[in-house]
Amino acid sequence: MLESSKDSAKLDAMKRIVGMIAKGKNASELFPAVVKNVASKNIEIKKLVYVYLMRYAEEQQDLALLSISTFQRALKDPNQLIRASALRVLSSIRVPIIVPIMMLAIKEASSDLSPYVRKNAAHAIQKLYSLDPEQKEMLIEVIEKLLKDRSTLVAGSVVMAFEEVCPDRIDLIHKNYRKLCNLLVDVEEWGQVVIIHMLTRYARTQFVSPWKTDDDVVEEYNENNFYESDGEQKEKDRNVKKTYTMDPDHRLLLRNTKPLLQSRNAAVVMAVAQLYWHLAPKSEAGIVSKSLVRLLRSNREVQYIVLQNIATMSIQRKGMFEPYLKSFYVRSTDPTMIKTLKLEILTNLANEANISTLLREFQTYVKSQDKQFAAATIQAIGRCATNITEVTDTCLNGLVCLLSNRDETVVAESVVVIKKLLQTQPAHHGEIIKHMAKLLDNITVPVARASILWLIGEYCERVPKIAPDVLRKTAKSFTNEDDLVKLQILNLGAKLYLTNSKQTKLLTQYVLNLGKYDQSYDIRDRTRFIRQLIVPNEKSGALSKYAKKIFLAQKPAPLLESPFKDRDHFQLGTLSHTLNSRATGYLELSDWPDVAPDPAVRNVEVAESAKEWTAILGKTKKEKPTEKFYSESEEEEDESASTGATESESGSESEKEDKEEGSSDESSGSSSSSEESSDSESDSKESTAKKTSGAVKESNAEESKKKAKGISKNRNTSSSSDTESSSSEGSSSDSKSVSDSRSDSDSGKSGSATSSKKEEKTAQDRKTPSKQDVFLLDLDDFYPVTTPVAVPTAAVLSPSLTADLEGLSLSGSSVIDVTTQVFVPTKTHEMLHRMTGKGLSAHYHFSRQPDMFGDHMVPVQVTVTNTTDQKIENIHIGEKKLPLGMRIHEFNPIECLEPGGSVTVSMGIDFCDSTQTASFQLCTKDDHFNVNIQPPVGELLLPVTMSEKDFKKEQGMLTGMNETSATIAVAPQNSTSLVIIEKVVKAANLGVVPSGQDNIHRFAAKTVHSGSLMLVTVELKESSTAQLIINTEKTVIGSVLLRELKPVLSQG
Amino acid sequence: MLMRCGPGCHCPSPSPSNLIPKRVTSKESCQATDGKHRQSQKMIHSLFLINCSGDIFLEKHWKSVVSQSVCDYFFEAQEKAIDVENVPPVISTPHHYLISIYRDKIFFVSVIQTEVPPLFVIEFLHRVADTFQDYFGECSETAIKDNVVIVYELLEEMLDNGFPLATESNILKELIKPPTILRSVVNSITGSSNVGDTLPTGQLSNIPWRRAGVKYTNNEAYFDVIEEIDAIIDKSGSTVFAEIQGVIDSCIKLSGMPDLSLSFMNPRLLDDVSFHPCIRFKRWESERVLSFIPPDGNFRLISYRVSSQNLVAIPVYVKHMISFKENSSSGRFDVTIGPKQNMGKTVEGVVMTVHMPKAVLNMNLTATQGSYTFDPVTKVLTWDVGKITPQKLPNLKGIVNLQSGAPKPEENPSLNIQFKIQQLAISGLKVNRLDMYGEKYKPFKGVKYITKAGKFQVRT
Repeated sequence: MLESSKDSAKLDAMKRIVGMIAKGKNASELFPAVVKNVASKNIEIKKLVYVYLMRYAEEQQDLALLSISTFQRALKDPNQLIRASALRVLSSIRVPIIVPIMMLAIKEASSDLSPYVRKNAAHAIQKLYSLDPEQKEMLIEVIEKLLKDRSTLVAGSVVMAFEEVCPDRIDLIHKNYRKLCNLLVDVEEWGQVVIIHMLTRYARTQFVSPWKTDDDVVEEYNENNFYESDGEQKEKDRNVKKTYTMDPDHRLLLRNTKPLLQSRNAAVVMAVAQLYWHLAPKSEAGIVSKSLVRLLRSNREVQYIVLQNIATMSIQRKGMFEPYLKSFYVRSTDPTMIKTLKLEILTNLANEANISTLLREFQTYVKSQDKQFAAATIQAIGRCATNITEVTDTCLNGLVCLLSNRDETVVAESVVVIKKLLQTQPAHHGEIIKHMAKLLDNITVPVARASILWLIGEYCERVPKIAPDVLRKTAKSFTNEDDLVKLQILNLGAKLYLTNSKQTKLLTQYVLNLGKYDQSYDIRDRTRFIRQLIVPNEKSGALSKYAKKIFLAQKPAPLLESPFKDRDHFQLGTLSHTLNSRATGYLELSDWPDVAPDPAVRNVEVAESAKEWTAILGKTKKEKPTEKFYSESEEEEDESASTGATESESGSESEKEDKEEGSSDESSGSSSSSEESSDSESDSKESTAKKTSGAVKESNAEESKKKAKGISKNRNTSSSSDTESSSSEGSSSDSKSVSDSRSDSDSGKSGSATSSKKEEKTAQDRKTPSKQDVFLLDLDDFYPVTTPVAVPTAAVLSPSLTADLEGLSLSGSSVIDVTTQVFVPTKTHEMLHRMTGKGLSAHYHFSRQPDMFGDHMVPVQVTVTNTTDQKIENIHIGEKKLPLGMRIHEFNPIECLEPGGSVTVSMGIDFCDSTQTASFQLCTKDDHFNVNIQPPVGELLLPVTMSEKDFKKEQGMLTGMNETSATIAVAPQNSTSLVIIEKVVKAANLGVVPSGQDNIHRFAAKTVHSGSLMLVTVELKESSTAQLIINTEKTVIGSVLLRELKPVLSQG
Repeated sequence: MLMRCGPGCHCPSPSPSNLIPKRVTSKESCQATDGKHRQSQKMIHSLFLINCSGDIFLEKHWKSVVSQSVCDYFFEAQEKAIDVENVPPVISTPHHYLISIYRDKIFFVSVIQTEVPPLFVIEFLHRVADTFQDYFGECSETAIKDNVVIVYELLEEMLDNGFPLATESNILKELIKPPTILRSVVNSITGSSNVGDTLPTGQLSNIPWRRAGVKYTNNEAYFDVIEEIDAIIDKSGSTVFAEIQGVIDSCIKLSGMPDLSLSFMNPRLLDDVSFHPCIRFKRWESERVLSFIPPDGNFRLISYRVSSQNLVAIPVYVKHMISFKENSSSGRFDVTIGPKQNMGKTVEGVVMTVHMPKAVLNMNLTATQGSYTFDPVTKVLTWDVGKITPQKLPNLKGIVNLQSGAPKPEENPSLNIQFKIQQLAISGLKVNRLDMYGEKYKPFKGVKYITKAGKFQVRT
């Protein structure tokens, strides 16, 4: 049929062949006939041929080569689906000869425009690697390239390839670390799991442990008093521990993984849980427990794995799961393996407070029909009894009651547990032993019998009358006993012989004789050994004198421990952990480093752009940029200084020295969340006054190091704390950190004369504090609403840093990415005056929060205030009078507004890229008012980041008609870069583009509705004039924007 | 006890041949013995589907072929476990690891060679089973055998080199069209295929769960708020443990790219929530509003747990008297179910199942309402009660016959109760409103509430 000319017949044939493959039957003879059809036009036939090829190509290598050319052709196909599937099949054919072809195909595909093809390329890497490990070096190059890819589609697959090919090349991750963290939320779920596991390992090598502080706090406190006048070395050590601050990158990882706990995919939740377990400070790890408990509602298999992990966790940190104790209660319908795991966890969680409820619960379990489970429960009771001394007696009594149980396994288990318990409580338990001796007649389970015999032997002095009798009985049945029991009979005999030889001498010898001829060599050996020891004869050595000591020594009580005790050295959530043995390919989780490796490796790009930045500002660099990287080899001072220069620094070193200097610098936080400004301030103090507002990071070189030591230390802490705060809060952080910094600086004021100066500067650099306050209020209602990848930035933060932190678009190939706002305007506009609104007033402002209501909406925040003395109810948007195409995303109606109260709500308006007013009615319960919102043109934009190169390229395409320009006079106070940038971004929602020339400033944005690019260039000329150029397809908006920007720059 | 192959051999070593000799064919077991498998191979290597009687009826390999004989380890474990429920999900063999799930009377056994998060595999296997369910309406052996080609195509798309590729049902449906009778007729006449030839748009966009160009004449959005009560009630009728777990299942048939936002009257009730990937997490965090662009068709929007501070109202009570007489081969059984705190709604669909002790031979009962069955093999008593009317409480009463000579069962069996209450979310959760943006038409919206018993157990 395969030879048939009809597609339908071929298809039918192929379907049958696939059916054969599926059943595991051999269909390899058909290879030649099938392979011919690889070039079939019918896509379904093609797919089935692919299936066949992947299965049999390895066996028929020569014939498989026939198909290669088809794939090579398909790799050039314009359809990305075909390109991708060709690559998939090509790489799945495990024929060593085609390795070079595969390599070439992978290289090409890795720079394909379609992220889907790139994803497949990442998969192909693993396949090629498993086919020919020699290609490793080349493949690593490709991986390196793909790691830089910004598409969420690719990220998961390439990390997978990384894990497979070169998991030890951690250096490849550095530069991509932040990107991966930020992308994580949008990666598909399987990729998330892989990335999280990889990042866990990464973080363990790169950050210092957050756990030390938890344990050492108290101890250090005391130390402080003792070593006041001691040498520096000790103080240093102490300070390292004491002033642990989490690396902002470490924090970034924790923050970005947290939302994933809400994932519907159990594997993702577990991955995050293990990440928190291994990386988070102990106080924070608790948040994962809720999600893990949620997973217990899932399938049996998921439950099994999750419970295992919880069991390990609950041994070390009981507190995490204590609130969920009842979730682990066992149901009679659970499978046994789930029951035992739950029991294990319950036992781990037992403490004085809950033990009584737990024991009641256990009582139910003991009666369970599932005997295996009942036995496990008895052991659990035993463990509780040893761990919690208060209940030992209760448990023991309970167990003794169980001895009268009808079920043999239950009784046997109880005996064993009682034996262990008695051993830990070697007090007066003669009664119990007597009781157990009686039981010996009925119990047949060997372990239980052996345990009883051992007990009697061990405590034979407490039951002098019974013990010989027991020996007599067992001697009778010796030959029929299990090996285990026989050994104990021998032991019992020996012990009795030593303590009570009068009564038992003959009996013991009888038993020993029986043992001498036993079938088991173990027993014969033991018999011989015991005889030599206890029976005195001429040959017996010195040992027999000590026989009594040997046999009747105090034995240490056994520890009843959890079987999960030793699992914690495996990373949670891994196969190795589940099996409790090393699986092949398990990657060890390293211990925390004592000193964090230089975190600067993660922000090389930033450092480079910082260079650019200084260039813009026209400040001379004092040293070559390479000197920044001396840090490792040079003195610690240098390290702290240089690392402080780079953007995000905490590092114990800097902290350590900080303390060493003894400068109580609360003022550290006083700089704004923008490091640029903080840098500039300290610089101005530190060297000369000519740097008024420069941000020369490299300037803290050796020469200024000495005299500015203290200050530079300040700066280090400030930058670290700043970045932390700025990156840790949602979009509101820039307003928040301002408030933080203000309070901080207040405290620091008295300390240093300069701090007040700083404060002024801060205020000047940003907005006035009072304004900020108002703004802060607004944002409070609202703050975490941002795009998932958004990390806030301060007003004048380096644009490329912005790009690095958050310029990560969801879709792949584009280099132009929407970012968050660079600046949030505080100016509010009146919508409804309280006079016209009969006491209801409304103001609005543009929050510049991207992506809140969908793509085309401009977000607007409306603050409604009730100035009447009555409640106003049901405030909502009524009839809308909108120009064509314009849309409004209404805010949720406000049910009730108290007198004097005010509420901020957010709405979205799609202005269709026009400055036409949106008119609508603002309705209350019994009134309605017509209101308008007219957007300034600057609010119709979304900032984007792009490189200078891209900017120029785009600009080149938007010349002629699309360009508008004007020459303007620039007020002298506006001629510095910072001021220009600040003013422009204030006037319009533009993103800053890094610029190589310091007299040219570039800004980029796209329009909210149509997404057209809007490029703004400000070129400073001689004699305080400037050329303002705007390139955009939307010429109308362009010219309006030009008109609006002109006064901004020319006025003071 | 198990023999190992020589060093470097990565074939699954044949299990003790005296156990299951027929499955070990030496030819197959050493296929993968070329030395090139030195280094690790990640993720899922092969998949075997095994039915209850132990036949491997489908196998699929994503890398080199692994012989069926590897499943012998699985059979061994299965034998040891006695009950299917107790087969350990993770089994270690000398060269491979087997991770299995049990769904709809089929074992999905995957072969793994190296370290991998076991949940990753388990979750994926369940996703595979879900997809089969979605495509064929049921995930049964016959359905899979009948559609073996589609199954193969699906598996091929879902996993590449052992790493999941496309698992969203919307994407898969664009790549491979689900079988319908109509289509198979059309296909056989026109010769067209049921394989899509364009890349699904969703795969590339940042909303991979929705396909483009959806069109409906009736635009509808339905939400089912389903809450389940998990509870353990002890002998005396007091609640040992109770918890409400809920889900919102949606059926959304809306054209274009609708952007929905669903708000609740009392979102604070939701304690722990897990989301479908379409939901904007930040929006929930800040405003407690579910804002999302929905997938097309049926899907689970969220699942949640109601915060444990709230006391759970238990809608039924059970009075029971079960006793076994000492030294006689009979016992008494008397159970009454009654409604309690159900907010004026009727409790329906009440079913009680009891796993009786092994010693029980037979039961002679009379039910005042509904019907009962007792399966003497599995010892499961099922009583289908139906609706409970407070006027006349349903009761099941009679004699239990025990095996003569067997000791009296020391534990009374626990009763598993199922029930359903329409138009009530027991936690009090209420949907406030649903808004749609992004499209112009007016959709038809509907919300339905159901309360069910989850794992509801009464100890006796």
